[in-house]
Amino acid sequence: MRTIDELLAGSSAFDGLSGEHLELIAGCGVNRSFAAGAMLMREGERAQTFYVIRHGAVALETYVPQRGPLMIETLHEDELLGWSWMVPPHHSQFDARALGVVRTVAFDGACLRGKCDADPALGYELMKRFAAVLAERLAATRIRLLDVYGHVAGS
Amino acid sequence: MSPAAEAVIAPHPMRPAPWRVVHKTRETRDTWSLELVPYGCTTTEPYAPGQFAMIYAFGAGEAPISVSEASERHLMHTVRAVGPTTNAICALGVGDQVGVRGPFGTAWPLEAAEGADVVVVAGGIGLAPLRPAVLHLLANRERYGRVSVLYGGRAPSELLFPRDLERWRARFDVDVDVTVDAAPDVWRGRVGLVTKLIPRAAFDPADTVAMIVGPEVMMRFVAAGLRERGVPAERIHVSMERSMRCAVGHCGHCQLGPAFVCQDGPVFPWNVAGPLMEVRER
Amino acid sequence: MTTPASAVLDQIGLDALLSALTERGYSLIGPTRRDGAIVYGEIEGVQDLPAGWGDEQDGGSYRLRERGDGALFGHNVGPNSWKSFLFPARLRLWRARRAEGGGLEFEEETSEPPRQAFIGVRSCDLHAIAVQDRVFMEGAHVDPDYEARRTRAFMVAVNCGQAASTCFCVSMDTGPRCAGGFDIALTELIDEGGHRFVAEAGSEEGAEVLAEVAQRAATEADHRAALAASENAAAQQTRALDAGGIKDLLAGNLEHPRWDDVAERCLSCGNCTMVCPTCFCSDVEDLTDLAGDEAERVRVWDSCFTLGHSHVHGGSVRRTTRARYRQWMTHKLSTWVDQYGTSGCVGCGRCIAWCPVAIDITEEAAAIRATDGRVDANDR
Repeated sequence: MRTIDELLAGSSAFDGLSGEHLELIAGCGVNRSFAAGAMLMREGERAQTFYVIRHGAVALETYVPQRGPLMIETLHEDELLGWSWMVPPHHSQFDARALGVVRTVAFDGACLRGKCDADPALGYELMKRFAAVLAERLAATRIRLLDVYGHVAGS
Repeated sequence: MSPAAEAVIAPHPMRPAPWRVVHKTRETRDTWSLELVPYGCTTTEPYAPGQFAMIYAFGAGEAPISVSEASERHLMHTVRAVGPTTNAICALGVGDQVGVRGPFGTAWPLEAAEGADVVVVAGGIGLAPLRPAVLHLLANRERYGRVSVLYGGRAPSELLFPRDLERWRARFDVDVDVTVDAAPDVWRGRVGLVTKLIPRAAFDPADTVAMIVGPEVMMRFVAAGLRERGVPAERIHVSMERSMRCAVGHCGHCQLGPAFVCQDGPVFPWNVAGPLMEVRER
Repeated sequence: MTTPASAVLDQIGLDALLSALTERGYSLIGPTRRDGAIVYGEIEGVQDLPAGWGDEQDGGSYRLRERGDGALFGHNVGPNSWKSFLFPARLRLWRARRAEGGGLEFEEETSEPPRQAFIGVRSCDLHAIAVQDRVFMEGAHVDPDYEARRTRAFMVAVNCGQAASTCFCVSMDTGPRCAGGFDIALTELIDEGGHRFVAEAGSEEGAEVLAEVAQRAATEADHRAALAASENAAAQQTRALDAGGIKDLLAGNLEHPRWDDVAERCLSCGNCTMVCPTCFCSDVEDLTDLAGDEAERVRVWDSCFTLGHSHVHGGSVRRTTRARYRQWMTHKLSTWVDQYGTSGCVGCGRCIAWCPVAIDITEEAAAIRATDGRVDANDR
């Protein structure tokens, strides 16, 4: 059975972090699995956890009246799920549902925030990585806003 | 060229030849596939994957339509109803006749791609002009390295050829990855931009040929994603679309910089198409 | 008398030349005075030529003026060109009908294309015809109607004796003296030697026709006077387009602020494309009768200045006037060279005269050249 930091070392989200920093982060993480259909997050609930998906797929969803629950994005192996732990008031903005069996490393947000406050260098390294992931997701989302497949003359 | 084929190719470059609709399938709410056979003879000049035909609906007009399948005995065209001419074409039924002119344009570099990994990236209706390329790759599978088909659409109901996708995915020698921009909760697949599929696709950038068709915005970002992984621009190919009124290089409408899309395209290597697309409103 | 390669004709001789062409089955097209301009149209003889009429042209301006000397070709080029007769503005391509059982039958036009003799083709226009020959006959597909009209056409060229202020053929190396591509070339002289035409054959058929009507051989003095007339025309040119390296110059300045500048003036009316002798854009109209049993396709002139020209589903690619003017000018002077190996511009100056707001292609080219590489209007 591999330790948390061994698992994290292979993850692209924490690529390049020093062994010391990995150990610090690992201290806030535990292995957690979900069965198909389980909710990892619910919209509006207090969210102090962020996840690194190790196996399986998670759907980010929101409920739209008259259209039902719509999937906004699916997240897969090696992707990060959850930002609300970083930004007050720490409420999830979307539902996150396990599409099959999902195995994750779940991080306690308060624990991680505490360690970043104590060690700003660690905080900076984490923020850089999260910023990169957020930037990429924002760009992709903006392109989807254009609805390039749907746009026809007059619409 | 056999005498029978000659009868199909009209001598005047602007005169269509009559073909008959033998099958019609509704693909999505606004897209249909029509299977055509030449009228009055049995064989036709072969259409290479990537080439197109000008399809004429009697009295309504002509439009450049992607060929989604071709043999020496038939053509399949997948048409999206977006204007008066394509609406007229999509309103036709089995037994109706259309005018056909073609083949026109450049083809996918399938021969040049032999020995390399191949990545096919389609967005929306872009899977239609890529379908003949995929069929060719699968029919000649041993000549190519890893083959990946990446497909992005607006929503699950707007995906083309879902049965083909299932069949291709069921093979053990091709990777098929499909994603949609948004989906109802019953969707079991991926939701996200098609560019997200590129970092995960299995191919060796040093020896890969990529073929992309979709809205221009999508092609730009997909090409950028492939370039980021190290695929050289000359080995990335896109299919461009411009207004076409003649398809023989005389009407002037399809110009994209110095290129005539009907003759120098529609398939272009990215080292040519990329710089052309960089100039807005070109 | 042995057939000289050059000869001299007076006006009667010129009329005999025109008759000889008519007898050979040609319909004559030449300059006529109509609606305040000199336009090419059907003529029957010398009597239909605009004797004594010249023109004054400038940016956005065209006026006829009386010369007082009875010259038949004392004008320069007007609002139409020979493309009206080789590449007609409206041409039916084919007809179709629904046959018994729902089949479609397509029927090409079977009428004989006309045999036309063009009278008074200027050097710039000879070059323009050669430019369109490349477009319609030397690509992967040949336009059969253009080819038929072109191969049947007989060219009686005229060496200009004067230049309009809009002319710039000297800078484009397309005139004023006709260098080839004609069956017969004339230089009109009105001096102490009389009102005469020094005629030169440029083809076998031209030599044959000339031999039938030649009145006397041309002397050294005639030749000198003819050359002097061309030199006079050249010297009168005030405009010039510096075409050296212009293909790369424009290709490298696609975001130059000058395009915004010209876009503020351009009405995208398309006049320039109508009068330009090399512009070849066309569209097709697919028409049907009310019953829906018969259809036809008609080819019509089109212009890249229309919004519809670049329309694909989703909208037009070239939405702004800026983009469309840029398309026209960069095609004419730059991408034409990539496509056909020559410039698309022959220096006839029609676009300058017939632009309602006097946009001058030579001025636009010079402005970009003077500020090559500028991307911001405020760049120094």
